[in-house]
Amino acid sequence: MRQRSLIAITAALSAGALTLTACGSRDSGGDKGSDSGGTTVTIGVDAPLTGDLSALGLGIKNSVDLAAKTANKQKTVDGVTFKIVAKDDQAQPSAGQQNATALVADKTVLGVVGPLNSSVAESMQKVFDDAKLVEVSPANTNPALTQGTDWATTKKRPYTSYFRTATTDAIQGPFAAQYVFNDAKKKKVFVIDDKKTYGAGLAGTFTEEFKKLGGTVVGTEHINPDSKDFSAVATKVKNSGAEAVYYGGEYPQAGPLSKQIKAAGAKIPLIGGDGIYADDFIKLAGATATGDLATSVGAPVEELDSAKEFVANYKAAGYKEAYGAYGGYAYDSAWSIIEAVKKVVDDNGGKLPDDARAKITAATQNVSFDGVTGKVSFDEFGDATNKQLTVYAVENGAWKAVKSGTYSG
Amino acid sequence: MNELPQQLVNGLLLGSMYGLVAIGYTMVYGIVQLINFAHGEIFMTGAFGALTVYAYILPDGTSMAIALPLMLVGAVLVSVTVAVGAERFAYRPLRNAPRLAPLITAIGLSLALQQAVWAWYPEAKSARTFPEIPGGPFKLGDVTIQTGDIFLLIAAPISMAVLAYFVMKTRTGRGMQATAQDPDTAKLMGVNTDRIIVIAFALGAAFAAIGAVAYGLKYGQIDFRMGFILGLKAFTAAVLGGIGNIYGAMIGGVVLGIAETLATAYIADIPGMDKFGSQSWADVWAFVLLILVLLFRPQGLLGERVADRA
Repeated sequence: MRQRSLIAITAALSAGALTLTACGSRDSGGDKGSDSGGTTVTIGVDAPLTGDLSALGLGIKNSVDLAAKTANKQKTVDGVTFKIVAKDDQAQPSAGQQNATALVADKTVLGVVGPLNSSVAESMQKVFDDAKLVEVSPANTNPALTQGTDWATTKKRPYTSYFRTATTDAIQGPFAAQYVFNDAKKKKVFVIDDKKTYGAGLAGTFTEEFKKLGGTVVGTEHINPDSKDFSAVATKVKNSGAEAVYYGGEYPQAGPLSKQIKAAGAKIPLIGGDGIYADDFIKLAGATATGDLATSVGAPVEELDSAKEFVANYKAAGYKEAYGAYGGYAYDSAWSIIEAVKKVVDDNGGKLPDDARAKITAATQNVSFDGVTGKVSFDEFGDATNKQLTVYAVENGAWKAVKSGTYSG
Repeated sequence: MNELPQQLVNGLLLGSMYGLVAIGYTMVYGIVQLINFAHGEIFMTGAFGALTVYAYILPDGTSMAIALPLMLVGAVLVSVTVAVGAERFAYRPLRNAPRLAPLITAIGLSLALQQAVWAWYPEAKSARTFPEIPGGPFKLGDVTIQTGDIFLLIAAPISMAVLAYFVMKTRTGRGMQATAQDPDTAKLMGVNTDRIIVIAFALGAAFAAIGAVAYGLKYGQIDFRMGFILGLKAFTAAVLGGIGNIYGAMIGGVVLGIAETLATAYIADIPGMDKFGSQSWADVWAFVLLILVLLFRPQGLLGERVADRA
C-alpha cells in the first residue's frame, strides 16, 4: 500500500505549504516614538487581515485605529500619543504565535487587541502572559480561554493577562436554546456540529439548555468539515420530524448544509452561533436561507445609543472596510487598554513606569467605562461583565436583528 | 417513511461524481503507471473555467439552457489545457526517471495550481457561487431529485458510454489498450505512444471537467480547495474499482459514494454503534470497505491487473 504513505505525504506537504503562505509578515514598525516630548504607546492588533475572514479582521484593525486616534485627539492620557501596529494572522495559530512574539519584542507595545479566532488566541496567550503584556480580544468566544479547559466543572483562569469584551459560548448556546424554545416555539430540534472546539462546544451547551427547558433533541449528527456533500445528513434531518436544526460550526459548512436540508424537503430553519453570522452564509445558503437564525455577541452596534458616536466617527474617518461584527468590541477593547494606560500614567505622576506592561495588565482588570457596546468591565476570569447577545434572522438576503437580551443562569 | 431509496440516490449521485473524476486517475495510471495527484486540481480548474464563461464571458442573465453547454465547453477547454500542459512540461521530461520523481512533481503541481487559483482568480480566496439550474425538485415516489443533480444523472452514464465506445471501437482507443499492455511493443507496432499518452491525459481531464460542472451545479459553490479531498476520494474509487480499469473507476465511485451515504444514514442505528455513525465517520467506513475489498480482491472490484504497482 505505497499510495497510503503517499497520501500522507501529500497531506503533509499541502498543509505545510498552506501554513507557509500564511507567514507573510507585515513590517514590524518598532520605531522609537518621541514626538513633541511625549511618549508614544503602541497598541498591537492581531487579526486575519487577508484570507477568508479578512472582512472581520480589517473591521477590528480599523476600529482600534479609530480608538487610538480618538484618544490622541481628546488627549485622554496627557503626554502620551497612541499608535497602532497591525499584524496579519490569516486565522492561523502558527502565524498568530509569531505575531505575538514580534509584538512582545517591540518595547513600545503596551497592549494588544485581538485575535479573532479562539484557536489563534490559544497559541498567543502564553507568549503574552510570559511578557506580562495585556491582550484584549474583541471576538473570542471559547470559554476555555478564560476559565480553563475544565470550565464546565471547575473554573480556573489560565492566564491573567488575557481579557475579552465578547461573551462566551457557555452563554451563547443556552441563549439560543431559550430563544428557540420560548420565542420560536420549536420543541423538536436536530443538533449538528463539526466536531471542532468551537462548534462542538456550542452544540453541547445548546443541547443541555434545550433539554432542561423540556425540548426534545430528535437526532444528532457530526459532519465532516472537509465535505460539501451533506445530502445523507439532510435526508436524516427531513425524516426525523425536527422543527429546527441547530448547527455548531462556521459558515463555510453551514451555508451548504442549510441549502441541502431545505432541498431535501425539510422547510425548517437552521440556527447557529456567531460563526454563521456572516454575509457569506447567506451567499452560500442561497435563496432558501430566509428564516435561518444566528446568535451573535452583543447588541447590534447600530441600535445602541452609546454606539452612535462610534458609527459616526467611523464613517467620518473614511475607512475603506466596514467595521463588521466586531468593530464596536474592538474599539472597546482598545479603549480598555487606553484607560489602563491612563490609570498607570496618572498613578506614576504623569510618566510611564519601568514595568509599564505588568502595571497596565493589572489596571486592565479594574477598568470600568461606558463603551460602544455598553458598560465595559471584566470579571475575575477576564470575561466581559456585559453578557448581551442578539438573535438575527435572514430576511430578504440580509441579517436582521430579531431580539437582544442577556442570558442569566 | 422509508429513507433507503433517497439515501441510495444520494449515494449514487455522489458516487457518479467520484467516478467521473476517477476515470482520469485510472486512465493515466493504466497507460503510464503514474498516479497523477494533480488530477484533483485539474478538476478544480475545470470548475473555474465554467465559472469564467458564465460570469465574465456571457452577458448577465443568459438562460441556463444556453449557458450550460458553453460552460461545459469552457470547463473542458481549461481542464484539458492544464492537463496537456502538465503532461508536456511536467511529466514528459520525467518519463524515464524513477517513478517517484513524476509523483512528487504531481504533488508539487497540485499545490501550485491551488495556489495559482487562490492568488490570481478574482475573489477566489473564499468560495464563489456557481450558477444553478432554476426549477423545483422532482419527486419520484419517496425520492427527491434536485434540478442540479439531473445534469449529473444524465452526464455520467453518457460519458461512460462514449468512453467505452472510444476505447473499444476506435483505432486510437485500441492504440491506448495496446500502450497500456506493453508500451514498447505498441511503439514497435507503429502506435504513436506519445500521442496516446497526451490523449489519455486530455480525456481524463475532460471527464473531470464534466464532473466539475456537475459539482458546481449540485452544491452551488466552488473554491480553490475543492479538488483536494474530492481528488483523494476519486483516487480511492479508482483503486476500489481496480486501477487501470475504466469501468472499475465508475463502479468504484458509485460503491464508494453509496457506502459513505449508507454509513452516515444507518451505522448509528446499530445498537452500541451510535458513536461511530455520524458523517464524520463515513470516511472511516468507506476506507474499511476499501481495505476489505483489497484483502480479498487485491486487484480491485473489476481490476484485471494486479494492484501491486500502485
